[in-house]
Amino acid sequence: MSEFEPKIIAFVCNWCTYAGADLTGTSRMKYAHNVRVIRTPCTGRIDYMLILKAFSAGADGVIVSGCHPGDCHYTSGNYHARRRWMVFRSLLDFLGIDVERVRFAWVSAAEGAKWAEVVNTTVADIRRLGPYTEYQNLIGRGVERSFQV
Amino acid sequence: MAETVRRTSGQTVVNDMEALRQRARELLDAGTVQVIIGYANGSNRRVRPFFARRPEDLERLILDDRCVLNLAVYLRKPEVKALGKAAVIATPPLLRSILQLAAENHYQESEAVFLALDSAGNVLELSSAEQIAGVLGSLPGSTGQDACVPSADRMPALSAGSTDRQARFAFWKQEFERCIRCYACRAACPMCYCEQCLVDSNQPQWIPVAAHSIGNLEWHISRAMHLAGRCVNCGACSEACPAGIPLNLVNQFLADRIQQEFGQKAGTSAKLDYALSVFSGSDRETFIK
Repeated sequence: MSEFEPKIIAFVCNWCTYAGADLTGTSRMKYAHNVRVIRTPCTGRIDYMLILKAFSAGADGVIVSGCHPGDCHYTSGNYHARRRWMVFRSLLDFLGIDVERVRFAWVSAAEGAKWAEVVNTTVADIRRLGPYTEYQNLIGRGVERSFQV
Repeated sequence: MAETVRRTSGQTVVNDMEALRQRARELLDAGTVQVIIGYANGSNRRVRPFFARRPEDLERLILDDRCVLNLAVYLRKPEVKALGKAAVIATPPLLRSILQLAAENHYQESEAVFLALDSAGNVLELSSAEQIAGVLGSLPGSTGQDACVPSADRMPALSAGSTDRQARFAFWKQEFERCIRCYACRAACPMCYCEQCLVDSNQPQWIPVAAHSIGNLEWHISRAMHLAGRCVNCGACSEACPAGIPLNLVNQFLADRIQQEFGQKAGTSAKLDYALSVFSGSDRETFIK
């Protein structure tokens, strides 16, 4: 069996991290190809449901990234997002969902090298953790199965 | 299936029911209110909400520790509004809900009258958020744990100091698997007042509607997130749950977190910003790299 290749979904903001990821490419920096980047207008737009949907669609890890505090194109979207993540992340942890698989980062449009590093470390960590079968097993695990002993 | 744990023993805790009935009768007779919303005995030793519109109905009102259902849910229903102005038999959890509803502009001053008993057995007649906030701390039963507390042996995974993530996951998976998606938790909650709930939306369908593990988990996460910073810990959700899922633990966990992180607590004031719609430049976390 071939080596496990983690499937990572990255939700990034249009103004900083997406441009930063672009810079990584135009600077000819190579980074792990396991990441699927989804561009959103702002980190304030990244609803917690998007993260849950990524996992239920089979992702092994999620990266959420946007502008540094103070740099938001819409002034405060990332501050709102930060509060929401603080609450959401602690809720996931309370429910026993592996918060190691949800990574948050601030990557500006000038930090192409940092984006490569964020992706590379996430991919290396998720590779070590293995596929998120614990969560993926929930999909299709219905009532009928819960009655089996 | 784990045994459903109810905190209720059915003991009568209110000896001053007659005083409450008397005041309710006065309000009905004077035409100040047209309906008294309270509790009455239902079938099978259960308590049901009771809407008294005639003075003779008032004899059926009861108030004991089985009365956990949060009557604030009825104040927003059009069919209840159509009955006229209401007086509500109030417990501290209900008054906290009213404060939070007022903070969200969903309770207007003097929309209803709340009849509560103070520790001396006097009937208090409250209608404004200021009055409620003023007396709430002194009412009997307003301190300590109000919500139903499931027994600790059911939740070793959640006991203090537990760092075993997989045990927590296994615990909640087992709990949520019993969910039949009846949405009784939503119906029982005075804070769940959206006219269209995200779970009823099918374009896009965010949460699968079948009572299967993934949808159940997503529903309960969504419910907790939507109540984060708004839940007043009345415990009506876990009391209403036919599967006996300790739902209020999730809400209470987030309420505690929000109090620790952002220093605010729902149900304490009618002048409270929604914790997730405001922010501070000094919010501190350690997980964003």
